[in-house]
Amino acid sequence: MATSMASNAGIKSRGAVVKGKSPSRLAFERFMRNPLAVAGTVILLAIIFVTVGAPLFTHYSPSAMNIMNTNAPPSAAHPLGTDQSGYDNLTRLLYGGRVDLTVAFSAGVMTLVIGTIYGGISGFFGGWIDNLMMRFVDVMLNFPFVVFILFLEAVFNTSGELLLITVVVLTSWPASGRFMRGVFIQLREQDFVIGATTIGAGTWRTIFRHMLPNTVGTLSVLVSFAVAGYVGLEAALTFIGLGLPLTVASWGGMLSDASNYTAMTTQPYLWLPPAIMIVLTILSVNFIGDGLRDAFDPQMRS
Amino acid sequence: MWERGRPVSTLESDLALKKSQGKSILEVRNVKKYFPIMGGILRRTVGHVKAVDDVSFSLPEGETIGLVGESGCGKSTLGRLIMRINDPTAGSILMNGRDITRVKGGQLRKLRHDFQMVFQDPYSSLNPRMSVGSLIAEPLIVNRRGSRSDIQSEVVRLLEIVGLSPEARLRFPHEFSGGQRQRIAIARALALRPKLIVADEAVSALDVSIQAQVLNLLADLRKEFGLSYVFISHNLAVVKHVSDRVAVMYLGRLVELAPKRQLYNSPLHPYTQALLSAAPEPKRHANRERIVLVGDVPSPAKPPSGCAFHTRCPKVMDVCRSERPVLKEYAPGQFTACHLYT
Repeated sequence: MATSMASNAGIKSRGAVVKGKSPSRLAFERFMRNPLAVAGTVILLAIIFVTVGAPLFTHYSPSAMNIMNTNAPPSAAHPLGTDQSGYDNLTRLLYGGRVDLTVAFSAGVMTLVIGTIYGGISGFFGGWIDNLMMRFVDVMLNFPFVVFILFLEAVFNTSGELLLITVVVLTSWPASGRFMRGVFIQLREQDFVIGATTIGAGTWRTIFRHMLPNTVGTLSVLVSFAVAGYVGLEAALTFIGLGLPLTVASWGGMLSDASNYTAMTTQPYLWLPPAIMIVLTILSVNFIGDGLRDAFDPQMRS
Repeated sequence: MWERGRPVSTLESDLALKKSQGKSILEVRNVKKYFPIMGGILRRTVGHVKAVDDVSFSLPEGETIGLVGESGCGKSTLGRLIMRINDPTAGSILMNGRDITRVKGGQLRKLRHDFQMVFQDPYSSLNPRMSVGSLIAEPLIVNRRGSRSDIQSEVVRLLEIVGLSPEARLRFPHEFSGGQRQRIAIARALALRPKLIVADEAVSALDVSIQAQVLNLLADLRKEFGLSYVFISHNLAVVKHVSDRVAVMYLGRLVELAPKRQLYNSPLHPYTQALLSAAPEPKRHANRERIVLVGDVPSPAKPPSGCAFHTRCPKVMDVCRSERPVLKEYAPGQFTACHLYT
């Protein structure tokens, strides 16, 4: 206590002073000690690497079909064979991941951003603002969203990644918005948030300095589970023909393509790889989410 | 230095009382806080919880007033009203002679320099994601008190005042014990050099051994900075230790207000008597009469008619059921709201 009276110089000269570990730093350390979470992270990074670096692993183009060589079984030239249009399956698989991951992550981030802003405003201000905003959420939660996609595709006469992201974002923020509202309402009553007011901090400082940083744990968990959901959602929508057009390589599209009796029974190399990729991606993202939840809230672990 | 217990001299406090007759740092005038109860499908107001019901007192500069009462009697709500965390339904609060009840926005923020709060739970009153240094610097930064280096040296000074090492500012709240955290909270409250500190159960969450340290720190700070305290606690012994005057609350109302000595030695109100008789006493009084109250505290949503205490009062009279007693001075400096003495 008496050793260093001067502010910086004294502390540097002693050298023994340890800087405290912030709660985020501690959470990161707990995350890294969780084997499943680390495995999930490694697998997800590997998936991202092979999809982003697809040209390194295959020299075919995902949009070049060879109609002279359709439905070919695996061979040296085509490790996963070719499909009924003559596309190289490995190429489609690698490039298809790009679309899937882009849709899932961008929709996840957008959901998070919109949900936080919307829920934050609603929960922080409360009263009639909250009431009005939550009634709108009620409407959105019950929105028939398959019809909405059909409607948009008909109106804009197009289908593609951007439309899919737009639709997913437009229809899925309400759930995260409502969730974040709850988090903000809970935070608003915390002593340290009330304390921020009593020292004279303004509304924005209170929100950005005291409330938002304390939602980081919840947010990262929310976004990881949302991303896992969107990977499945993209596959499902494309499978039933509402997501991406079949000309765009995607895992859901490959499944859809292979969903006939012959392919299912005699050509597992057509549908097994995309199915495995979808499952792996969802599982690894879920493990990351679980790991984040345990890391940020160690008491919650049973 | 604040490890030793040091009772506040009564002579000193009596002098403070007389000296300060004229100038009061805080004046609470007929303050009421009714929380609406919503009910029915239309969410209409069907009643009110009278958390604070017509409370008045004044606090001379440099004095400590203790607010005691059972949980739910409105003492914390009163503290929050004084801090302008909640707005009173009626009545006014004067800080240094200035009515702050309806001040809002930027003006209120400036006035807040003069009154700061120490919360009960040091585990929830410090933002877990801010380092101790930035927690203590925050009031100074928010109110633009000096340059970055000025603020840094002020933080170190404040840490020393509350008995923590300057290195603490690089650490985070979760790395400290309850008592140390409460010291951090006190340093934060002191940063703006307030004149009044509202301490809401400031030591109730701490171990008994740590309580004494923090109480002595508060007493030292009071002398050093000429602070006044509103000390809210359910612990009669703690209140006795720190206060000059004590106000006893029951169901949102003041039932007795007296200098500490008088209140503890010759309580007038039957509720105060019961409260004191229930408190454990270190001395052996084999034949001390214990007044045990029957029944529960009535709901503040439906307080009893007349005197709110009449349902449990051992000395209840007919008049108590119909007429609400007013707070009057029955002994020098000793106020009570009870029909027994009229």
